[in-house]
Amino acid sequence: MSQLTYIWKLMKGNRMLYLTAVISLFLATIFATISPMVLRITIDSVIGEEPLELPSWIMSFYHNLGGREGLLGRLWIMGLLIVGLNILRGIFLFVRGKLAAQAAESMSKQLRDNLFGHIQHLPYTYHVRVKTGDLIQRCTSDVETVRDFLAVQVVEIGNAAFMLAMFVTIMYNLHPQMTLVAVAVIPIIIGFSFFFFRQVRIRFKKADESEGRMQTVLQENLTGVRVVRAFARQNYEVEKFDEKNDEYRNLLYQVIRSMAHFWSVSDFLCMMQTGAVLVVGAYWAAQGRLTLGTLVLFTTYVGMLLWPIRQLGRILTQAGKMFVAIDRIREVLNEKEEEDSPEALKPEIAGNISFKNVSFGYEGEERLLDNISFELKEGETLGILGSTGSGKSTLVSLLARLYDYQQGSIKIDGVELSRINKKWLRKNIGFVHQEPFLFARSIKENITLANDDVSEDEIYDVARTAAIHDVVMEFEEGYDSLVGERGVSLSGGQKQRLAIAQTLIRDCPILIFDDSLSAVDTETDARIRQALRNNKKEVTTIIISHRINTLAEADKIIVLDQGHIIQAGTHKELISEEGTYRKVWNIQHPPEKRKLLSKKGSVDYAAN
Amino acid sequence: MQQIKEDEFSKQFDFELWKKMGKFLIPFKKLALMLAFIMALVGILDAVFPYLTKYVIDNFITANQVSGLGWFAAIYAGLVTWQALNILLMIIIAGKLETGLSYDLRRIGFNHLQELSLSYYDKKAVGWLMARMTSDIRRLGDIISWGIVDIVWGFTMMAASIVFMLAINWKLALVTMAVLPPLIAVSFYFQKIMLKLQRLVRKINSRITGSFNEGIMGARATKTLVREEKNLQEFQKLTAEMESSSVKSAIYSALYHPLAITLGSLGLGLVLWYGGAGVVENTFQYGTLVAFFSYAVMFFGPVNNLAYIFTRMQAAQASAERVISMINTEPEIKDAPEVKAKYGDFFTTENPRGPELHGAVDFKNVSFSYLKGEPVLKNFSLEVKKGEKIALVGETGSGKSTVVKLASRFYEPTSGKILIDGTDYRERSLFWLHSNLGYVLQDPHLFSGTIRDNIKYGNLEAGDEEIQKAAQTVNAHHFISRLEKGYDTEVGEKGDLLSTGEKQLVSFARAIIADPQIFILDEATSSIDTEMEKLIQSAIDKMMEGRTSFIIAHRLSTIRSADRIIVLKDGEIVEQGTHQELLNHKGYYYNLYLGDAEEGIV
Repeated sequence: MSQLTYIWKLMKGNRMLYLTAVISLFLATIFATISPMVLRITIDSVIGEEPLELPSWIMSFYHNLGGREGLLGRLWIMGLLIVGLNILRGIFLFVRGKLAAQAAESMSKQLRDNLFGHIQHLPYTYHVRVKTGDLIQRCTSDVETVRDFLAVQVVEIGNAAFMLAMFVTIMYNLHPQMTLVAVAVIPIIIGFSFFFFRQVRIRFKKADESEGRMQTVLQENLTGVRVVRAFARQNYEVEKFDEKNDEYRNLLYQVIRSMAHFWSVSDFLCMMQTGAVLVVGAYWAAQGRLTLGTLVLFTTYVGMLLWPIRQLGRILTQAGKMFVAIDRIREVLNEKEEEDSPEALKPEIAGNISFKNVSFGYEGEERLLDNISFELKEGETLGILGSTGSGKSTLVSLLARLYDYQQGSIKIDGVELSRINKKWLRKNIGFVHQEPFLFARSIKENITLANDDVSEDEIYDVARTAAIHDVVMEFEEGYDSLVGERGVSLSGGQKQRLAIAQTLIRDCPILIFDDSLSAVDTETDARIRQALRNNKKEVTTIIISHRINTLAEADKIIVLDQGHIIQAGTHKELISEEGTYRKVWNIQHPPEKRKLLSKKGSVDYAAN
Repeated sequence: MQQIKEDEFSKQFDFELWKKMGKFLIPFKKLALMLAFIMALVGILDAVFPYLTKYVIDNFITANQVSGLGWFAAIYAGLVTWQALNILLMIIIAGKLETGLSYDLRRIGFNHLQELSLSYYDKKAVGWLMARMTSDIRRLGDIISWGIVDIVWGFTMMAASIVFMLAINWKLALVTMAVLPPLIAVSFYFQKIMLKLQRLVRKINSRITGSFNEGIMGARATKTLVREEKNLQEFQKLTAEMESSSVKSAIYSALYHPLAITLGSLGLGLVLWYGGAGVVENTFQYGTLVAFFSYAVMFFGPVNNLAYIFTRMQAAQASAERVISMINTEPEIKDAPEVKAKYGDFFTTENPRGPELHGAVDFKNVSFSYLKGEPVLKNFSLEVKKGEKIALVGETGSGKSTVVKLASRFYEPTSGKILIDGTDYRERSLFWLHSNLGYVLQDPHLFSGTIRDNIKYGNLEAGDEEIQKAAQTVNAHHFISRLEKGYDTEVGEKGDLLSTGEKQLVSFARAIIADPQIFILDEATSSIDTEMEKLIQSAIDKMMEGRTSFIIAHRLSTIRSADRIIVLKDGEIVEQGTHQELLNHKGYYYNLYLGDAEEGIV
């Protein structure tokens, strides 16, 4: 099985640890086997008068202690022997537990690190198509399944199997018929628990899913509490929740009921097994076909075996789960990482950008960008207008090499983009997204994510430029406030402003604002752009926006529609020609307002 | 915002708290008593079995005769069957109790959450409330029902074993029990440490999950910030922490079991030494000796379970405190008892809309502050006629959203009053106002389900035709009918499968189908593409038609079509009038409109 060879590979570096753990386990089991034998000898041959038949070295030991007579007066020696054997057993159990945990934990750390590092380096196209929930599950619960299997279950299976082998051998040597009685139920219990746990898994899954549905209703009620109140739908919500709550209660109860059946049946079987040994043993012992000590040994062994045997069925079903988990993990690890050729360039980037007949589309799908060409010189600003799906975001994603263009040529400072090292390129491009992702850390840490070699003052400076400083100061813990579920919740606009601060602190020669002021009100939008203008040195900037005011001052503006450039020029040129740009301009700036403004003597508006 | 600290370990066992929790057990009194009774039986039967061994040895084996062994076997089998049935019943009843109790706690909690004021939600993060309703309650249900099982079983089994031992031979009993005190000490000590370590491991584990979450959901941010290596380094620190604390936790468990085994064998050794001698001297029977072998190792089970359950209970106290404090929070805004008596509440009301609401709203000298000493509105008066459209304009923090929250009675005035149709709204039920209110938020919240379900939320009785009509009115029908499944399209969690603009339109349809008399709109600032913008604007115009409306306005077209613009500054009205009047006035609004840097409110 390929999964097993994979596990073998995973254990690399920990194999010695694991081996020692297994040896310790065997030793512990051996000591566990011996101590009931001491009990038996004591009962039969020290207290009782059965002759001893043991290997000669033990016999000589026995005679040195004074034989039966000597031991009878000093029974504490036998007691001490039992304690000593159990201490030895305990020591090896401890060693086994510790080493198995060390091996399994070190392996799961390795696995987690590999997954995390790997996922970070998978191409953006992978992240776009992957289902995040499923991927996270592979990295967390699947890894845990593998870990549990290695740390606990392998050990338990080994334990049960080895114990069974040892006990059966000894019992068989002592009394073959009695051995048959003692293990009669064991295969039944293993089979029963195996099939039971395979069956009950479906019920567990149903209950889990039902709990998920209940939590969704709860979560939506809590996040949508304002809607609930505004429509006075409390009663409706209560009924909706009650339905899910009730369903979950019933399904969970079903699971527990099944468990009740399992435990009572398996307890019944186990207790009957012990009873059978006792009754049959008594029958034979009364007839002298079995000594009392041997009977005690049998009952002790059976008692010790039953628990691990009952677990065996459950563990076997989990082995199946583990194989699935390994496959799921390997599927992720087998995805190809984003690569740069070793001869990729790391040129100094000034910020001259040129697109020449660039086209892009996913395989087998319609082109998202078709024949795009424009030039942008160092320090210039490009504005992009276009409706949803026009290809604006794709265009700027190409520039950061989140996607790779298939046709045409993109050059930065004359160097073909595809020859530039990806990370190097991205280090030189500040990219602010429309829906920025913030990390669950403090505001300060979020700002300094990509550049933590900055002073407090620099942080405040960029925060001021991004018009977020005042907001942050209002939080109880200021810049140390946590962002997200467990901390302060930021509005869409505040998130965008924070992301702007995060980008500004990097000091990149190229800046991209992918509609990243959309959730900021117009005033603040203007303030931020003013501050940017005052701040910036020669930064090449690309701004995507639906707001004409935001685009107006760009050196060049292009209007995109369904992957094509339909208009290009400056604000003045574009408002003086028929087309989308002027249409949008008219909606956002009705003549009345323009008249008032031109009276006030504003340059831009006077042009119209 | 309050930091969320979970999993605290409280210091002392708090009986008062568990007594309070006990209140929730009242409906399950019978079940709990039955469970305790069965567990006592299980415990006693468990203690009987070693005695049966003694009986077998003394009456058959050492007596060398088998007459009566058949009867013995039958009795043994009978007892085994009885015990198995007890176990069956025990798990079923405990399961019934566990699921029933958690169900009740969740139901009570949820109902209470529906009554708590929005101010409560402003202070608590959703994650914080979720944790109470899910993991805390789950822990309580678990600990209480299985706690009964473990505690009753543990005590009765120990007590019964001790009684049997004393009855068989009190001297040997005392010798055997010598290991009990160290066993108890070791068990409690280890259980406590193990619990602490396990919690630490769980905490780190949830941070690891969080990191994976960020690494995956934030993949684009990571790439554009070029943070791959740093993220991995941080992650490796976390997994190293996980490794060391998991190993530490494993070491303690690996230590505990051998220690318990050693203590058990110590008991065994003592029995062998002292009891063996007795057998030789013929003061004890063989059976006594063997029975005591069993008793000596049998204490581990109950002691371990008791230690386990008591440490868990101590740890679950934090959960109990959190759940009880949530359930005991009084809502800040609620109907007065007289009002409740007259109109009923959300859950009982029979005449939902109550007396007809016309929609005249009158703010009379209203002041309001969220925090004492920091007034947001000062002596605010505003008379709004039925059907009047009011646009609220002003900078962030000017108090415009507070006006809207007060009008919808999500908050109540600190002083002054608000009259609706001439009556102080506190003399009417919340339900009366809210069922006549249309409220559309800046960030429209949809529920998972279909578009149809979401629109229907505004009017549960609405038929398909009405739904379609509502959608048509607000220009949503066009985009919906273009979807493959039309009105049956799933919107996804939080409506995330729809675009922002589409979500807006659906939320408009939901508002209009409720046919409210008072309409409140917090207009979104986010810029959406021009086509959508036009649709939304005309939808807003239609919604306001003939309804008393309060709009926190950002769009020029909305402002212009308002009957009256209220300009707010620092919680006071500085100007009011129509757009044209205010422009002619050349005051604060004029400047706001034109702005300093060619920008304004729109």
